[in-house]
Amino acid sequence: MSKFITWIDERLPVSNFVKNHLSEYYAPKNFNFFYFFGSLALFVFIMQIITGIFLTINYKPDAASAFASVEYIMRDVEWGWLIRYMHSTGASFFFIIIYLHMLRALMYGSYKKPRELLWLFGMFIFVLLMAEAFMGYLLPWGQMSYWGAQVIISLFGAIPFVGESLALWIRGDYVISDATLNRFFAFHVIALPLLLFAVIYLHIAALHTVGSNNPDGVEIKQNKDKDGKPVDGIPFHPYYTVKDIFGLAVFLTIFMFVVFFLPEFGGFFLEKDNFVPADPLKTPEHIVPVWYFTPFYAILRAIPDKLGGVLAMGLAIFVLFLMPWLDRCKVKSIRYRSLTYKILLISFVISFIGLGYIGMKAPTPILTILGRLFTLVYFGFFVLLYLTSKNEKTKPVPERVTMHE
Amino acid sequence: MSDNNNSSNRRNFLTNVTKVVGGVGAIFAAIPFLSSMSPSEKTKMAGAPIEIDISAIQPGAFKIVEWRGKPVWIVHRTTEMLEKIKNDAEHLADPKSDEEYQPQYAQNKFRSVKPEYLVLVGVCTHLGCSPLYKPGENKDLGLEWKGGFFCPCHGSKFDLSGRVYKAMPAPYNLEVPPYYFASETKLVVGEDKT
Repeated sequence: MSKFITWIDERLPVSNFVKNHLSEYYAPKNFNFFYFFGSLALFVFIMQIITGIFLTINYKPDAASAFASVEYIMRDVEWGWLIRYMHSTGASFFFIIIYLHMLRALMYGSYKKPRELLWLFGMFIFVLLMAEAFMGYLLPWGQMSYWGAQVIISLFGAIPFVGESLALWIRGDYVISDATLNRFFAFHVIALPLLLFAVIYLHIAALHTVGSNNPDGVEIKQNKDKDGKPVDGIPFHPYYTVKDIFGLAVFLTIFMFVVFFLPEFGGFFLEKDNFVPADPLKTPEHIVPVWYFTPFYAILRAIPDKLGGVLAMGLAIFVLFLMPWLDRCKVKSIRYRSLTYKILLISFVISFIGLGYIGMKAPTPILTILGRLFTLVYFGFFVLLYLTSKNEKTKPVPERVTMHE
Repeated sequence: MSDNNNSSNRRNFLTNVTKVVGGVGAIFAAIPFLSSMSPSEKTKMAGAPIEIDISAIQPGAFKIVEWRGKPVWIVHRTTEMLEKIKNDAEHLADPKSDEEYQPQYAQNKFRSVKPEYLVLVGVCTHLGCSPLYKPGENKDLGLEWKGGFFCPCHGSKFDLSGRVYKAMPAPYNLEVPPYYFASETKLVVGEDKT
């Protein structure tokens, strides 16, 4: 066996790779609950690829037969219902995980020097994932697939001068049609997954170059023992592989419970109108995107101007890219930051959840006012963070990570 | 020494020329791929005009036909409806239809060739939903509501001429497609009268 490994290593240094990235890759020893979500996101990505491949075996990307082929998968293909529900539920859980993963970064300052590029790659993954989810949602060709896509593609029409031609080019037709479905299928199953794969690779490569942040925001590489190993670090394998497997087991318990018993999740994961085939001549009474888009959708609706709304929505995502430069505080972790930052972050999280709720509801005067208020708080977070973070009163940061029992 | 300099200059020059030529080539190579995403010839052909028999549409009735895959509405308006349209301007954003979302022959209060027949593209100018026809008074839609079209997506309101109310998400009046009456009962949508 060892002879075989030597033979391989002489031709491709596999053992070195394993050492550098697993058995001798040192991660801070004080990871907490929030550090499950990176590996979980990777797991869900792989799960979506596998279930997705098996769905394409029976799915037909054709406006005349798409809806029926999904029903065929659900009713007639052996275990088809399981594969399809894993894929549809996986999409929603992917976003739950990604949002918690991003919240972790905001709490512990994981976007700060030297991890700016790591954060940017992460944001690119987030944007690609939204595109991937949006295009995937068209494929069942239900009423909500159709009209949701109609609304989102029309957003491009708001761009001055080139907007209408751009929307026409994206659709490949004057309306959402077979041409649109066919190309969204191509993007959903091959173009975007390939891009996602590449950016996820870069995200992890950047992570392994600078090392993980941790709940104390202490750089463990600044405190090494005589062998050059960080004193507050432990090898990723076996310590964190075991921890992550435990996290995965808990995740799968919850996830499979939803897949088996609540796959529609009361209309949140699979909307009720999407069980009706797409009808280009009839808009459903109430169009809402899937829950993970609703915060941004509520921002779009809060602005009483078409172009303004589209710009605000785009800005709401773009401004997150700038986090490493908007937050000028040197202290990373929220544990040692000022009350101001804590209040700002809590208000931001509340406004994000509030917007998510408003985005799901039909527009009423009160909700519109609330939506505008939350939009203000959402953007206020970034403005106030930029203004207050430079001279923030912080607590002393310890030399080494602290372990909380 | 000068020889060395010379050859490195030549090398840089060749490298740059290769970059530029390669870059231009890549741009040209992208054109067929990008163009392949535009509407195909078959799709463009499906955008041809359609003929509709309007004799069966009773006064007050509403009919949806499909043109270029979009809903086109035909409303046979009653005299009572036309009266309301005439007298209502204060709640509307563009009562005179100054913005060009209609052919010139439909740039009037009724936004139509013949006042009793309204022809509109049934797609909200906000984000492309199809508004609902609500001809009667309706308290849920506010006191100023005198009948018209209501978009369920983001709550935009239009009157019975497809004119948008003030302060709505939709920026413009509903679009009037090109159309003409070929005879008393035959309407052609998708083409101007020649």
